[in-house]
Formats: sequence, structure tokens, C-alpha cells
Amino acid sequence: MAAVRTSSEVALNRVAIAAVLVATLVFLAPIYWIASTAFKPKELAVSVPPTVLFEPEVTPFVRLFTKRVQMQKTVDPQVYDAAPWWEKRIYDGGERVLKVGKDVQLSQYPDRFMNSLIVAVISTVLAVGMGTFTAYGFSRFKIAGEADLLFFILSTRMLPPVVVAIPMFLMYRAVGLNDSHIGLIILYVAFNLSFSVWLMKGFMDEIPKEYEEAALVDGYTRMQAFFKIVLPEAATGIAATAVFCFITAWNEYAFALIMTNRRAQTAPPFIPSQIGSGLPDWTTIAAGTFLFLLPVAIFTFLLRNHLLRGVTFGAIRK
Amino acid sequence: MTQIELRGIEKFFGAVQVIHNLNLAIADNEFIVLLGQSGCGKTTTLRAIAGLETIDKGDILIDGKAVQHLKAADRDIAMVFQSFSLYPHMTVFENIAFPLRATRMSSGEVDKSVREVARVLRITDLLDKRPSALSGGDMQRVAIGRALVRRPKAMLMDEPIGALDAKLREEMRAEIKRLHVKQGSTTIYVTHDQIEAMSLADRIVIMHEGFIQQVGTPDDVYSHPANLFVAQFVGSPVMNIAEARVADEAGAARVAVGGAATGFEFPRELLSKLNGHAANDGLTLGIRPEGVLVRHDAAPGYMPVEAQIIEPLGSFDIVDLKVGSKMLRARTKAGYVSGPGEKVHARIDPEQAHFFDTASGKSLGVRL
Repeated sequence: MAAVRTSSEVALNRVAIAAVLVATLVFLAPIYWIASTAFKPKELAVSVPPTVLFEPEVTPFVRLFTKRVQMQKTVDPQVYDAAPWWEKRIYDGGERVLKVGKDVQLSQYPDRFMNSLIVAVISTVLAVGMGTFTAYGFSRFKIAGEADLLFFILSTRMLPPVVVAIPMFLMYRAVGLNDSHIGLIILYVAFNLSFSVWLMKGFMDEIPKEYEEAALVDGYTRMQAFFKIVLPEAATGIAATAVFCFITAWNEYAFALIMTNRRAQTAPPFIPSQIGSGLPDWTTIAAGTFLFLLPVAIFTFLLRNHLLRGVTFGAIRK
Repeated sequence: MTQIELRGIEKFFGAVQVIHNLNLAIADNEFIVLLGQSGCGKTTTLRAIAGLETIDKGDILIDGKAVQHLKAADRDIAMVFQSFSLYPHMTVFENIAFPLRATRMSSGEVDKSVREVARVLRITDLLDKRPSALSGGDMQRVAIGRALVRRPKAMLMDEPIGALDAKLREEMRAEIKRLHVKQGSTTIYVTHDQIEAMSLADRIVIMHEGFIQQVGTPDDVYSHPANLFVAQFVGSPVMNIAEARVADEAGAARVAVGGAATGFEFPRELLSKLNGHAANDGLTLGIRPEGVLVRHDAAPGYMPVEAQIIEPLGSFDIVDLKVGSKMLRARTKAGYVSGPGEKVHARIDPEQAHFFDTASGKSLGVRL
């Protein structure tokens, strides 16, 4: 190892850093665009050239969460003065917030967001849970036709999902699963399970069998050994698998568009539907998209240590 | 007080039989070493006793009770694995306490037991550390601690120090011996290292291809190997093995190896003891290098030979002597033979010679 770096090495290092910076900027540009648009005054959203410096406001988020109608005449100054700050922002835009009695009517966005959360979280828990057990079985026991079974599990992913979308829709409609949370959850679990089994199998294979054998000899049942030893050891793999499954379920668009329309519709098909006809309200759409980005970002951030170890697992021995 | 008895154990992996009709009785407090090459069935035997492997035939008795149908957890046996199997997500304390947590012991008692074991193993200052922060030797101590803490009926050890480097291995060997003397428990220890086996065992069980070859004290298996396999497996440097012909010449027996014209001189009683094997095909001589005596000058009974290769091993040299078409390895004082090509005189110490039937490999039990 050279203790002193030569000037060419230093130069090379600088070039590498510059390249990484450029790549990062390119990748972050769309995210910056969405985030900045979400806080822009409505009229600046479509200004050409784009406005970079502006006074951020949260009005797009107020519009995102409320049901509004266009006002025919200007608002009564007394009503305006009595209104809370966020309602004033709506009045400023020539709209008023719909109310039933005194209760503000919420837009569909919170519902759709909750649907996304319910479907993604439950399907992730199920896919990772089932995948973990299945992978453990394949990893630890002699199973007749193991290779064939594993290949079968993998083969469920070989068809592009869109190919089966129409038949699936017809089947779902026949059994009444369309536009239901359970329907989407089943679909996403089935979709993620093969991935989860294969990924977890790799992690399980890395956990030495002796760990459980030691526990078995020390007076534990196999089930206890699984929960006390294998699961904690597999935490890294479970975290990595969960992140991937969650991202897939959270971002899924095609099936959600076809299978749901009202009750169980998730955010991905809902957000573009806001564009509607006429002049789209880009700032509100951007606000919805920005909020939609957050859960995955937070989830991934929280699990980042596990994830880094998870995706490099097997490549690097401790 | 724990006796373990294996009766007629047979085990198949698919169509391959890995243990053949294995019978062994282990006394209370005895330190038994299962010795053999990898794949000889020693680890499978150990795992069968632990309950990690099923057997196809036979009985495993612990204190007279058949346990082959009991789960590992119900046999009250502890095991130390070659990989130590310390749980990385637990501290040393939790690792040692783990077997106790499976019982209904109060946390106060758990704490007391763990600290007691840690004191005996001299690892008290490591209790709060994680296994990844430990050295190999300390990991080994913790693994032994986890096995000891429950005061099990018996300890099983599967190459427990095989993963350590040579110096540490020697240290831990002494420590295991010290612990066994101090704690005293029926122990079955698996290894492929015959030095480990010799230094630790009360009795050694030598296995080969699923069969027990010999059971005996270290001295027994070294001095009275039951067959050619044991003779060559135990002892370092390895015993010389050569097909031999015995002739009756001028009132003495002469044992010729490697087709040499003249044989080494043996007392005449060898002929009667060999009883028919003499002079015929099918006789194999075994002699450890220390049984090949070498001197510079001629003397009665010594044959002139030529040194071919000299391996200096520090405290002694191993010298390859050409006898007929064979090489006979002799152990000499360091530097005794100056170099290859030197002419020296050698004889075989009749008292250290072993004779085997070539076809069956069995010892003829002839000692002079």
C-alpha cells in the first residue's frame, strides 16, 4: 500500500468524486422538481423559464386534503376574517372549502393514501413472514424435489404481470375480490412471495445450522430455536426483503389501476387521476406525489444499516 | 454418575452405511476420544448420541435408559461444536445463560450459575462482550461454559479446538484436560488429530469407514495397535510398514524387507511365535521410527545401510534409510547422520516390532 498518494491518484480521485456528484444531481433532479413544485404558488408551477427562488407556501397541501368548489362571487369579508389561516388560502384562490355543517369535507387523497398504507404494510408482512418460513424449510430440511419446487416458485415471476392482468380481473370480479383491500393484498403477496422466498433462502443458508443444533441440544424445541436464534440472526435479511417487498407493493400501478376504482384504490392510480380535464393543478398533484414518496424514503432510511449489510450479504464474510 | 452405552448402532445416509454395528460402553467420568479421518463416522456417532441424527438400528443408553427416541432437548447432554456456535446477537453472559433460560430457573440462580462457570473458565471480565469481540480461545471457553453451565449428564465435543491455530490448540488442550480433571464429567470428544486424542483420552476409540478399529488406552493403541490402520494412524512420525520375509539362518531369525538379500536379525523364538507365517507371503512388519536403531560403526546385529533423506525436526531427525527397495524411516539424535549418502549401520529393535497379516491387516499379536 502506498502511504503517499501520487498526484495522478489524487486527480483520479477528484474525477471520481465529480462523477458521483453529477450522477447524484441527475438522480435527485426529479425529486427536487416534485418537492419544489409541491411548495410553489400555483401560478409559478408552469412558469417558463422555471422559477427557482420563490417563497414556499403550504397551500398545495391544503388543497390536496380538502374538497373545494369554485366561488361564483367574492367571499364576504367578515367570513374571510373569521376563517382560519388555511381556509383563507383557499378563499385567496377563488375557491371555498366544502363543509357539512361545520365539518370540513376531506378530499379522497387521505383515503387513497391509507389504502396504499394498508395494502403495502399487510402484504409486506405476509410476504416476508411466509417467505421466511418457507425459506427456512427449504434451507434446513431435505425436501423431495427441492430444486423443482424452488424453480416453480421462481417461475411465478417469469410472466410479465400485465399479461395476466385481464384474466385476473375477470377472476377477481367473478369472486367479488375486485376493488377490495384483501384482493390487492392477495395479489401483492403472491407477487412478492417468490422474491421473498428466494432472497430469504439465501440469508437462511448463511446462518450456520450449528446455531440451532446448539439450541436443540441445550433444551429448546425447533420452534423455540427458530424464534430465539434464527429470526434474530436473519433480521438483516428480513429487513432487506421487507424493504424490497414494501417498495414493490407501494409503487405498484398497473394492477391497482385495473383491480380497484373506489373503495380500495391506492395512491398510485389516484394521483394521476387528479389531473382530470382542463388545466391541471400541478402544485396539488406535486404535493400528493411528494407525500407519497415519504413512507418509502423513511422506511428505507430507518433500515439503511440492515439494508446495506443485506444487499452485500454473502459477498462479504464477517 | 453417567454411563453411556451404544449397542449395535447402524446408520445409513441413503444407501451408504456410515456406521456398522457399533458397540461401546463408556464409564462414568470417562474421557473418551473418537479418533479417525474425516468421513469415518465419528461425528455422526457423536451427533447420534446428542440426538441431532437419527439411527437406523441399535440402542443408545444413557444410565441404562434407551434414549434414541428422545429429542435432543430431552437427553440432558451438552455439546461443543467446532464452530463454537456462539450466538452473535447475544452477549457472552446471555450465551452462557441460554441453556438455563430453557429451564424454569429464577434469574437470580441463572446469574449465580453463569458467574460460577465464568469464574472456573476465567472469563468473568468477558461477560458483557459480544462473541465477535472475542479471540478464538475465548470463544472456545465461552462455548465450553455454555455446555458446562447446565451441569449436563455428559459433554460431547466435536473437534472443539480444530479451528484454532497450533499454539492456541495446545493451550486449550491443556485447559480442557484441567477442566475435566476438576469438574469431572463423562465426555465424548471427536477429533482427527491423534496427538489431541493421545493427550486427552482415558480411552481412544479409533474408527475407520464406519467400523471401530480398536478401543483402548492411549498407551494400548500406541504400543499394541490392533491392525495396520491403527498402527499407521496413531503415532507421529508414522510407523514404517513393509512386507517381510522371515528366514531361519544360523540359529537366528532373519527378517528381510523390501526384497533385501539379508534380513535384520531377530531372536529365534520369533519363528515359533509366528507359527507358520514365517517365510511365507502375507507377513507385514511394522516398526516405529524410534524402533529403528542407527549407529556409525559396525556392531553385531547391525546391517550396513545408506541414508537417503534427512528431515531435521529440531529435537530429533528423521532419516530415510534404503533397505532393499524400501525406505525405512529411523529416528536419530539431531545431526547424528551428517548428510544423504552417508553409510551407517541399522538394526530393528525386536521389542518394538509389530507383525501383521498382510491380507486382513490384523495384528498377529507377536511380541518379543
